Amino acid sequence: MRHEVIEKSVNLMMVLIVLAVSIGGLVELLPLMVSSETTEPAENIEPYSPLRLAGRDVYVREGCYGCHSQMVRPFRSETERYGPYSTAGESVYDRPFQFGSRRTGPDLARVGGRYSDAWHRLHLEDPRALVPESNMPGYPWLNENLVDPELVTTKLRTLQLLGDPYTDEQVAAAAAQVDGRTEMDALVAYLQGLGLNRSNRR
Amino acid sequence: MPAFWHWFVAAGTILFIIWCIWLIGWSSRQGPQDKSDEDLTGHKWDGDLEEWNNPAPKWWLYLYFITVFWAVGYMIAYPGLGNFEGMLGWSQTKQYEAEQQAAAERFEPIYAGYAEMDFAALTQDPDAMKLGASLYASYCTTCHGSDARGAPGYPNLTDDKWNWGNTEQQITMTLKQGRNAVMPALAAALGGDEGLDNMVTYVRSLSGLAEADEAAAAMQSKFVAICSACHGMEAKGNQMLGAPNLTDDVWLYGGDAEDIRYTLVNGRNGVMPAHGELLGDNRTKILAAYVHSLGSGD
Repeated sequence: MRHEVIEKSVNLMMVLIVLAVSIGGLVELLPLMVSSETTEPAENIEPYSPLRLAGRDVYVREGCYGCHSQMVRPFRSETERYGPYSTAGESVYDRPFQFGSRRTGPDLARVGGRYSDAWHRLHLEDPRALVPESNMPGYPWLNENLVDPELVTTKLRTLQLLGDPYTDEQVAAAAAQVDGRTEMDALVAYLQGLGLNRSNRR
Repeated sequence: MPAFWHWFVAAGTILFIIWCIWLIGWSSRQGPQDKSDEDLTGHKWDGDLEEWNNPAPKWWLYLYFITVFWAVGYMIAYPGLGNFEGMLGWSQTKQYEAEQQAAAERFEPIYAGYAEMDFAALTQDPDAMKLGASLYASYCTTCHGSDARGAPGYPNLTDDKWNWGNTEQQITMTLKQGRNAVMPALAAALGGDEGLDNMVTYVRSLSGLAEADEAAAAMQSKFVAICSACHGMEAKGNQMLGAPNLTDDVWLYGGDAEDIRYTLVNGRNGVMPAHGELLGDNRTKILAAYVHSLGSGD
């Protein structure tokens, strides 16, 4: 039996395993890394403002993606509830993207403008004050934590380095824009901007 | 996808499939039958128990080939090989559009029928109201509650008190364009702590929650000068501005002295987000009729 040849030679087996595993990645992933559909921003997609960027990082830190997706799939049942389906070009400035994989709570890809700022503030502090059936935890400390302006500047500079089109003036002005703002301000600003690039029109 | 990547994907996939077929064919081929002694692996247990290097069962081998040919069939039928669209012409976008169209053909006539109906008749139509209830559950419960009784800052829709009115036009406008209520912060205008305390008592006295003493009663002039612009001379509110009636027992932000004081010091900005784009005209009408039917009328 010839398979013995492969099974008894560690080096040959290693080469074949690497080949088998990597061909799928090369064929499926590599073209997406360079394709314009996935690397160029969709219409009306701009890099995050400093405050929204800080809010996005609060979103990631608090693990919101564990219960909320940001990916409206192309099914009627989803677009009826959440709005137009998501496209790759909408996530080009997300590092990492927040597609999520699970919906204990609703999808948030198009939550911007759906509720008032005051609603978000109260809801993030104590969800059951507004929605008695909710099983979302409260995040009251967001009202007490301030956004670190220096850190935001560093983040913007890093993103600039990675190719996001921030101008030097924008980076220089960032600290002043987030100075004194709470993490709650940042997170609400982030949420209120989600999905506004596209109209929800039927 | 640019031509290079098209060929990269197509060639990579095809070559890999060929490679899989060749590999399994090559490795499953048996050596010459008469040399069977050499097919021992050399493992020996208990003195005489030896392991043979036998071929994999045929059914297993065939399963493997079936999966490979399944892949070939899939690549022919569905998109996958670079820019090749597949013989079936299926795509995610087309499937979505077909789904949308099928739903439109099924549901739009129903909505169109309701669109022609009179608003008052619509509120009495049980099927339309069932539809309204499901629209309410999708779009409104998050703020107004699943029982439509609201929450602090979010109006109860089941009573007969309407801050922005409950006619067809008023509810439709509320749904489509949203509403922004602006209660300004008035601490300075009311003359500091003492003025605030007196105004709180005066406002509570309007609905009989408190007894206005002389100092509080004297705030009437301030009420006329400041508050009546929105809440009216008789404090009965103004639906054009969403200014609540202060003489009834409904308190959007609470009727305790503390709550009212907070309102006067910090102001309130009630926001109803616009839903016109989300709902479209026909659904707006049904939802408006449903919301109207929740209250007991004016």
